[in-house]
Amino acid sequence: MSGGTRLENANPVIFQRSGERLLTASDEDEDVHDPIDDREIFDILSYFDLHLIRAINDPEHPLSLEELNVVEQVRVKVNDAENTVGVEFTPTIPHCSMATLIGLSIKVKLLRSLPARFKIDVHITPGTHASEEAVNKQLADKERVAAALENSSLLEVVNQCLTNRSI
Amino acid sequence: MAADSSLLQSLVEEFVSGLQDSKAKDAATAVKDGQFTVLQLVEALGLSLTSTQPHTRARGVQLLSEVLQECYGNLTQREVEVLIAFYENRLKDHYVITPSVLQGLRALTKCTALPPGSAVSMLRSLFQDVHVQSLMLAERSCVYSMLINLMETREAELKGLGSDFVFGFVQSMDGERDPRNLLLAFQIANLIIQRGYNLGKFAEELFEVTSCYFPIDFTPPPNDPHGITKEELIETLRSVLAGTPKFAEFLLPLIIEKLDSDVQSAKLDSLQTLTACVSQYEHKDFAEFLEGLWTSLRREVFQTSSERVESAGLAAVTALTSCLSRAVLSSDSEDSLSTFLDLVLTDCKHHLCEPDLKLVWPSAKLLQAACSASTRASHIVTAAVMPSLLEQYSNRTQCSQRRTLLEVVLKFIQAVKTSQSLENEESVFIDFRASLCSTVFSALSENNSSLQVTATSLLTSLSQQTGLLLDSDIDLAVDHLIRLLLTESDDKVSLAVVECAGALAELHPTVFITKLIPRLKAEMFAEPMDQDDNRKSSEQPSHHAVRQRCLSVLAAVSIKPSVVKETTPVLLDVLSSAHTGSVGFSVDEVVMTCRSLQRIAEQVQDIEETGRCFHETIIPQLLSLALQAALQGEESSGHRSPLVEEVVLSAVASVISTSCSRLQPQLAAQTAKRTVALFLDDDVSFLPDNSFPSHIQLLKKQQGESWRQSQLVCLLMGCVCSLPRSVEVPQADELLSQLEEMSCSCSHTLSYTSAAKCFAGLVNKRSQGDSLDSLIQRMMKRVCGELDSTSSPVRTQAFTLMIWVAKALLLRYHPLSTSLTDKLFTLLDNSDLGAMAADGFSLLMSDSADILNRGCHADVRIMYRQRFFSENSPKLVQGFNAAEPEKKSNYLKALSNIVNKLPKQVQITELPALLSLLLEALSCPDQGVQLSTLSCLEPVLIDPPPALIQQLEALVNRLQTLICSPAMSVRIASLRCLHALSHFPTHEILPFRARVLRALGRPLDDKKRLVRSEAVQARGEWFLVGSPGGR
Repeated sequence: MSGGTRLENANPVIFQRSGERLLTASDEDEDVHDPIDDREIFDILSYFDLHLIRAINDPEHPLSLEELNVVEQVRVKVNDAENTVGVEFTPTIPHCSMATLIGLSIKVKLLRSLPARFKIDVHITPGTHASEEAVNKQLADKERVAAALENSSLLEVVNQCLTNRSI
Repeated sequence: MAADSSLLQSLVEEFVSGLQDSKAKDAATAVKDGQFTVLQLVEALGLSLTSTQPHTRARGVQLLSEVLQECYGNLTQREVEVLIAFYENRLKDHYVITPSVLQGLRALTKCTALPPGSAVSMLRSLFQDVHVQSLMLAERSCVYSMLINLMETREAELKGLGSDFVFGFVQSMDGERDPRNLLLAFQIANLIIQRGYNLGKFAEELFEVTSCYFPIDFTPPPNDPHGITKEELIETLRSVLAGTPKFAEFLLPLIIEKLDSDVQSAKLDSLQTLTACVSQYEHKDFAEFLEGLWTSLRREVFQTSSERVESAGLAAVTALTSCLSRAVLSSDSEDSLSTFLDLVLTDCKHHLCEPDLKLVWPSAKLLQAACSASTRASHIVTAAVMPSLLEQYSNRTQCSQRRTLLEVVLKFIQAVKTSQSLENEESVFIDFRASLCSTVFSALSENNSSLQVTATSLLTSLSQQTGLLLDSDIDLAVDHLIRLLLTESDDKVSLAVVECAGALAELHPTVFITKLIPRLKAEMFAEPMDQDDNRKSSEQPSHHAVRQRCLSVLAAVSIKPSVVKETTPVLLDVLSSAHTGSVGFSVDEVVMTCRSLQRIAEQVQDIEETGRCFHETIIPQLLSLALQAALQGEESSGHRSPLVEEVVLSAVASVISTSCSRLQPQLAAQTAKRTVALFLDDDVSFLPDNSFPSHIQLLKKQQGESWRQSQLVCLLMGCVCSLPRSVEVPQADELLSQLEEMSCSCSHTLSYTSAAKCFAGLVNKRSQGDSLDSLIQRMMKRVCGELDSTSSPVRTQAFTLMIWVAKALLLRYHPLSTSLTDKLFTLLDNSDLGAMAADGFSLLMSDSADILNRGCHADVRIMYRQRFFSENSPKLVQGFNAAEPEKKSNYLKALSNIVNKLPKQVQITELPALLSLLLEALSCPDQGVQLSTLSCLEPVLIDPPPALIQQLEALVNRLQTLICSPAMSVRIASLRCLHALSHFPTHEILPFRARVLRALGRPLDDKKRLVRSEAVQARGEWFLVGSPGGR
């Protein structure tokens, strides 16, 4: 990052991480069936960092989606039995130009991380973004998502967001 | 003489015209042996040196130079003078001669008989007649070594050359490209600067010619034969650039410019160079660049891109500040330190008022870096920052904000601690004493666990600053700690409290003796208030937790001998009341008590006072209690003493072991003597509460409930196996034979295992010799006899003894260890003992916690694992190939047990040979084998050897099968391996991408969450393989 680049939000508010999920005895027990729950989906999302979207983040001291409060556990809804997942995300500022990209990244992350039986719905928390409807429409459109991922430069940005930097 | 001269003539002939290079060696030897002189050689060379053919002249000079290289030591001053004059003249000659001339001159520079003035004339003609950069690599290096040699021996003469020398050097190195030569050139530049050569007007030139390599970007070629590393170049260049303040005006703009770079390593190098150079500079050297430097440094920390850059930036801030603090103030100049700190404070201070926002921490770190540089800096910074921080703490109400503020304060105090060197100086924080204390105590009484944790660390830090905590504050602090200990159930809080109590008790033992210890004792001995209450189930665990915390605090505070004297009786009381049953302590709590005693033995100062306490009070008491419990068994009265439990006895044994190995060898010897007497001769006289029967006979075979007594042998093991090697074990032969008997005949597991371990521990320390050999052979014979008879009832016992003795001998490289381990290898084929033998290898290769480790002063040679592995892996492979199919798994298990424990470097080098066997092990149905193979594969996969890449197909296939294994741990381990595979070179793994992604789809829906989360990570990484923006 050369010195001159101005950040859209250089000094964002930081939220506390909720910490690792505690291991319980039943997690270790071979015979118990653990259903997929809200927390699990939340963990999948919260640990990836949007480090390359500079506008909301700087590299390395990576602020995760959780620390920026983009994703909260209460806004993740899973129904294991009915095979549905719903995620609401909150852009850091109402005019955040990255909202579509964040949404797309979340969607791709879930597509890659969940069994194929799930129907995945990603949208903006109501009332938190200027062009909420347009973004939601884009994210809900299967064909547009598929087409976006055909675009190699867009795929590149999404992949960069999903690259785990700690390794 | 005539024969000699003809010999010489023929040598010269053959070298010059015959082009036989080996003749130079012969000539040199001949000169060295005194067969002929250099003068004679020159005379013989006469014609070739004056030939009209440049190539002949070159050959002639080459012979002379090569001879000189061998025997420059024997030359007289007169000879050297002539030779130098000759060589200087030859520099003007044809270019093909130059290499040999330089070689000869280099040899002459090493001469001790160098006449005065010759160094100067040599260099003058060198700089004048030779253009160094048009020479070949080897000749250039020759020039540099000449310079280095002369600088070593003729410093004064060279300095007489004045700045011409520097100019000559600058000209010769200008444009150098080879890293090997650069290293030499940097060394010369370094010498020029360090030894104070006159740079004259060439300072800028010298800077230019070296700084053009900054920052160094160099990757050594693969299998680099020269061993030049990037780090070496960076270090030497840095010491040149940072070597003198004369470079400041050139270097600092360069650093500011390079900090703007996008390349991480350039940033890092610039920051480290900055740190290095300001330590040499005075304030006036960089005054004009201060603002620019600060802007760059601030940017690096605020928008940091990596932790290393950030910490390098902070180190640079510290170095700058400490340089400014050294500046001498004169009455008319401004105070540069406060000017700089004003800059820092204006940019950073306001961020501290926004504890929610991201820049709080970078700002705090910058200020703390400045703060830690000097006392004056810390006074200025803390005076500006602390009041507002403390005020904000009292004004803010949200816990998370308050915690951030408190942590910032804590970091400031810790930063200042590093800067204060004088012990009794008044603390920088003395002005804020009152408000700091009240803040800490209010945070401690807060109901938020993270605030409490931070507050306890703050309390620890405050106690380490002189004069910040008054006696009344300590009293109050201890009250708070006790309250937190007894009421808070959060693990993190109690851990922090224990740590804080330990730190405070070291400084203020008396308060802890009078207040904390009696209170905790009362609390522990109080029966839980549940006698007639039906809340029993909910109350019980919390009382248990309180006791546990009390026990760990008692251990933590016992650092000073005066405290130890108070805490250990409390712990012993717990044990004896648990034994008699007068107060109900669970087995868990009893074990915990023993752990606390052990921890105290580990951490107290090893002085006579504490040694006596352990050897004369605690150990006899422990033995006595254990013996009472063992004897009591027969007349059972309903209450079963916890001291007969195996876990408790092992914990007691480790208390004894730690004190015998660590505290006061003479006293330990006495303890050992008494303990052995107790076990061999029934001598109970040293035990307190002496009411034991006269015939106990602990090591003899007994009837009935004898296991209670026989298992006490583990206490004997704790004592005699951990003695320092200087202490002789009393009655060793008698002891060994009884232990052998017991370990081969007893049927109680703990008893025979402990006896075997004790035997092994003693064998490990016995001095080498016939008595030891015959002892081992006798034991071997007996053990092998038992093992070979299929009907023997004590095969397991014999096996246990054998494996422990094998370990004891293997550790000390005893020659007889092979006969034992070979026996172990043959047992792999045994249908009954095969599996046990395979597991035995894990015991052989791992560290054991209680005996045969360095803590017990055992004889452990380094790298015994590697040695064992390299000696035995062929046997294992052979055995595997020859074994029947159903026995093969034993071999695989043994192999994976061995490989698993090897250090990673060895694993990587050994793996190619064993790879096919390990892949075989992955398809072995035994889950234990699968798991241990996977766990030894995983670290190797991070940095894969080429052999592995060739086997990729097989590996992926096996892993793919294993991710559907019924055992959860196998599924997890194989997913981790697949994850690691995704970091292999893309072109190797791309063909597998689609297949692996499909295979990883299934574990995404695994019934276990832990498996799913591994699958999610692995699949995420595999998606990135070969995809744009991925890897």
